[in-house]
Amino acid sequence: MSAATQRRRWTRVPVLVALVALTVVFVYPLVWLLSASLKPRAEIFDNRLIPRHPTLENYLTVWESAPLALWLGNTLVVTALAATAVTVSSALVAWGFAHYRFRGRGPLFGLVLATMMLPGAVTLIPTYLIWHQLGFVGTHVPLWAQNLFASAFYVFLLRQFFLSLPREPFEAARLDGASEWKLFWLVAVPLCRPALVLTFLFEAQASWTDLMRPLVYLQDTSTFTVPRGLKAVIDQFGPGGESQWEVVVTASVITTVPMILLFFAGQRYFVQGIATTGSKG
Amino acid sequence: MGREAVTSPRPSARARRERNAGLAFISPWIFGFLVFTAWPIIYSAYLSLTDYDVLTDPSFVGLENYERMVQDPQVRLALWNTLQYTLLQVPLYVVVALALALLLHQAGRASGFFRTAFFVPKMTPPVAVGVLLLLLFNGEYGLVNEALGALGIDGPSWTTDPDWIKPGLALVSLWSVGAAVVILLAALQDVPVELYDAARVDGAGWWRRTRTVTLPMISGALFFVTVVNTIAAFQMFTEAYSAYFGAGNSTYANDAALFYVIYLFREGFAELHMGYASALAWLLFVVIMLVTAVQLLVSRKLVYYEGEQR
Repeated sequence: MSAATQRRRWTRVPVLVALVALTVVFVYPLVWLLSASLKPRAEIFDNRLIPRHPTLENYLTVWESAPLALWLGNTLVVTALAATAVTVSSALVAWGFAHYRFRGRGPLFGLVLATMMLPGAVTLIPTYLIWHQLGFVGTHVPLWAQNLFASAFYVFLLRQFFLSLPREPFEAARLDGASEWKLFWLVAVPLCRPALVLTFLFEAQASWTDLMRPLVYLQDTSTFTVPRGLKAVIDQFGPGGESQWEVVVTASVITTVPMILLFFAGQRYFVQGIATTGSKG
Repeated sequence: MGREAVTSPRPSARARRERNAGLAFISPWIFGFLVFTAWPIIYSAYLSLTDYDVLTDPSFVGLENYERMVQDPQVRLALWNTLQYTLLQVPLYVVVALALALLLHQAGRASGFFRTAFFVPKMTPPVAVGVLLLLLFNGEYGLVNEALGALGIDGPSWTTDPDWIKPGLALVSLWSVGAAVVILLAALQDVPVELYDAARVDGAGWWRRTRTVTLPMISGALFFVTVVNTIAAFQMFTEAYSAYFGAGNSTYANDAALFYVIYLFREGFAELHMGYASALAWLLFVVIMLVTAVQLLVSRKLVYYEGEQR
């Protein structure tokens, strides 16, 4: 081992110490939240990591004071529909843009990119009026149905993956008489499975954590998703309401835990996928 | 039949087949674009010239909404709040993301573990981030001020003092810096090692290597992170809304946390001023487009792109 590499190894020690300290800073709030949910009301703000009198009572209280099971079920259905719809439709569209040459393809793809820059607030009101006109306000449909028509960001992402596939296998299969649909479904899709999983995971997170759309479209408590429900819990038990922080904290944990699980289930897709977003963007 | 079409050179038939297939595959997007993008844009332009409360038909009022907008003190407040927040949050966010990425890049094989640790908080739903903001940044009992107190600093009332509301929100936004860190780290890992070796041979220290090699080489990713985050900061909604607005009477910090999209949302869906809210949306659109255009112009000078081909 040369002196230089040895020196480099030693300079790594302060770097690692700094990283460990930062990791504590980043993870601590999550641990704090979980720990607070296990404390009786009087001890929430004692900021101890290990609860002095650990209890599951807050979970029982939350379960009784808010229809959490219903909200979790609603969110699960909406999230599954939203993520599945966007993955399938965006894959179709991305394949259309990546594999086929036709007049107007360039300008149309330019439009796809342009819509990515469009602030969501601009279309918020007219989109609401469309769903209002169709009679879907108050239902879950507006929370996922738009995903049937692909989403610009995922089209962009998936197109990059489809472009990296060699063309020869497709030409060969075409000579064998395979239909275009079969080429897509049986050849292209299996080859790009990681990108499709990534799309599903991204959208699942976006859909699960969204507050804006549930605020706009859902009125009846029984239709709420968990973030919308959590907002209702904050309003009722938070600073403007009864100041029962233990209820708010526990509901926050219940809203967050599924996302942490989703992350660990798809960890390598998340991290690698986001890395490619930036370098290809 | 397919075999014949290929062997006998009839390019027009083949081209037609290819076009039809391509259009068929992108048809969901075409439909979605027309119904959920093009139409809403046109319709919202029309609505912005009307008075509309959903219950009765829109009535045409000309430029009245825009005139009202110019005079509305709430619009000025919301724009000013949003601008202040953006100017505070974006540089802070990008600098912290860059610092963390540089640090991770030095960590060698251990970087994977830390990358995960920085990323996990990003999974937290923004509503829950709003809750954490209220609790951890609580002026009297919060963990943040307790930590500052241990360092001998008397922490401010982050969640109730109007002057500290925006810094509090900007700080809490750093908690989800993980995605930006991952993007920048990937860019750092793409920088060819030879460039560093060459710089080292020339006697460049860490700071000079960073300034003359690293930053130019990752300027594309830095630009991406900056633009995306600026657009997001201009549309700040969920964290501020869940912490400071709602059905309850929690109005103590409302003025300082009245961001533009929150005002738009309340005008549209609480007050049912759909016409006015549409005009507000157009102003936001123009502002964001202008800011993005300026950033693009600046980036022409500052961003270095490798001659990469797609």
